[in-house]
Order: sequence, then structure tokens, then C-alpha cells
Amino acid sequence: MPATAHIEFIIAAYGAGVVVIVALIAWVMFDYRLQRRILAELEATGVSRRSARDAAEQTASDGA
Amino acid sequence: MRISELANPSRFLRTANLAIPWLGGATAIVLAFAIYRAMLAPDDYQQGATVKIMFLHVPSAWLGMLCWGLMTIAAFGTLIWRHPLADVAAKAAAPLGAAFTLLCLVTGSLWGRPEWGTYWVWDARLTSELILFLLYLGVIALWRTVEDASRAARAVAILTLVGAIDLPIIKFSVDWWNTLHQGASVFRLGGSTIDPTILIPLLLMAAAFTLLFVTLLLAAMRNEILRRRVRTLRLLQASAAG
Repeated sequence: MPATAHIEFIIAAYGAGVVVIVALIAWVMFDYRLQRRILAELEATGVSRRSARDAAEQTASDGA
Repeated sequence: MRISELANPSRFLRTANLAIPWLGGATAIVLAFAIYRAMLAPDDYQQGATVKIMFLHVPSAWLGMLCWGLMTIAAFGTLIWRHPLADVAAKAAAPLGAAFTLLCLVTGSLWGRPEWGTYWVWDARLTSELILFLLYLGVIALWRTVEDASRAARAVAILTLVGAIDLPIIKFSVDWWNTLHQGASVFRLGGSTIDPTILIPLLLMAAAFTLLFVTLLLAAMRNEILRRRVRTLRLLQASAAG
């Protein structure tokens, strides 16, 4: 069997592999930036979680 | 640090932030070396050059099953131990498992056409693998359908435990039924039947895919924790405004 036999199937398979892996990496990176940006926007409005406020108060009292 | 200490989401985030760049770098190095070794691997005496599709197909199949196995452990974590990160892990893992299972099905079809003369047969191995993919889609849909996260987590955990029945069916389908798909050739009693010139690149690709999976899982879990914080802040904002 020549080395190039069925090469189109091999290229298609590796192409599918590249598409799936790149899509997964792009998905987690895009989602991370999106969630970070939304969190920053929300925190800029002054709203914060109770545990985050407690941690900030603890740090302030430790420093005082 | 004990594993149980990672149950704290903030501590998990700090650990994930440290680990993800290192894991990503290790994945890139191992994957590059594995692809290099795969491209150098000789043609199979029966399959010819199409054996190179196996370097993608087999690790994808393993990871599709491994991911459901991890989701099964997470399901116990949700239902029994109420571990705070169990449903985070399950939710983050489902799209990854679906993607690897889809890649397994696509590469298998692309291998099947030249070797079997068809893209698809309703063979026990292929059908049980397709059921696994549909189960992943069901889990993803369930997460999106039920708005209350804790109720969704319990429903998904039950579906995951029921779906775990498919894992031994996939594994032993080639032994239990007369299938077109070949039997086990890597992990089997009596050792592998694959020549080392093909087995070593295959195991390297499996290692690279596993590293990739772990990196993506940690990153997706980190995103899910941030998404839950966003939801909490929005609820606080809404209650303050009301």
C-alpha cells in the first residue's frame, strides 16, 4: 500500500482533532476573561460577597 | 496541603491559578513530542498509514470514558458527601467529555471508511460509544434546564450514576457481542498485541491528551466558580436594589 493511500482520511481526522482541541482551549480562555470582566464590573459598583468582605475586614484589622 | 483543603473554592482558585500555566506548558511539550513520534511511526502491515488515525482515536475514546468515570465519582461527592466542588467538577467536565467522545466517533468513522468500507455500522462498541455521547449532551442540557444549581446538581448526579452503566458496556462490548470493532489490544491479559513502534507513540499521545484534559478541567472548574460568584453578586445587587 503506498504511503499516501487514504491520506485524505488521515488529514480529515487530524483536522478534526485540531478543531476540537482549539475550540476547547478557546472556550475556557474566553469564558475565563468573560467571568473576570463581569466580576470586576460588579465589584466596581460596590457589591461584594460576605466572605470577601470578611476577608477584607480581617486583613484590615490585622494591619491595624 | 491535603486534598480535602482544596474543598474551599478560594483555596482551589489559588491552586488552580498556580497549576494551570505549568500544566499547559507540560501539555504543549508532551503533545509536540507525541505528535513527532506519531508521525515517525511506521505504517501498519494491515491498516497502512491509516493507523495514524488511531493515535487520535484511542486516546479520545479513553478520555471520553475517563471523564464519565470522574463525573461518577463527583456524583457520589454531590449526593453523599456534599462536597462543595463535586458538582463544580461534574459541570466543568461534561463539555470536555462530550468533545473527546465526539472526536472519538469522528476519527473512528474516518478510519472505518477506508478499512471497513463504511463510516458507520450499528456495532455494539460504536453504538454504546454513541450512547455515551448522547448521555453527555443530556447532562449538559440538564444543567441548562434546571435553574436552581443544587437541584440541577442532584438531577445530574443521578443521571450520571445511571449513565455509568454504559462504561462497562463500552469496555466489554467487543467481548460480549460479535462486533466489527476489534477487541482489546492495549490493556489486556497477556500484554499488548501492538508493536512497540506503534504502542509507544500511542501511549505518548494518551499521556498528552490526559494532561490536556486535566489542564482544561482545572480551567473550566475555575470558570465555573467565577460564574457562581457572578451569580451571587447579581443576586446581592438585585436584593439591594429591591
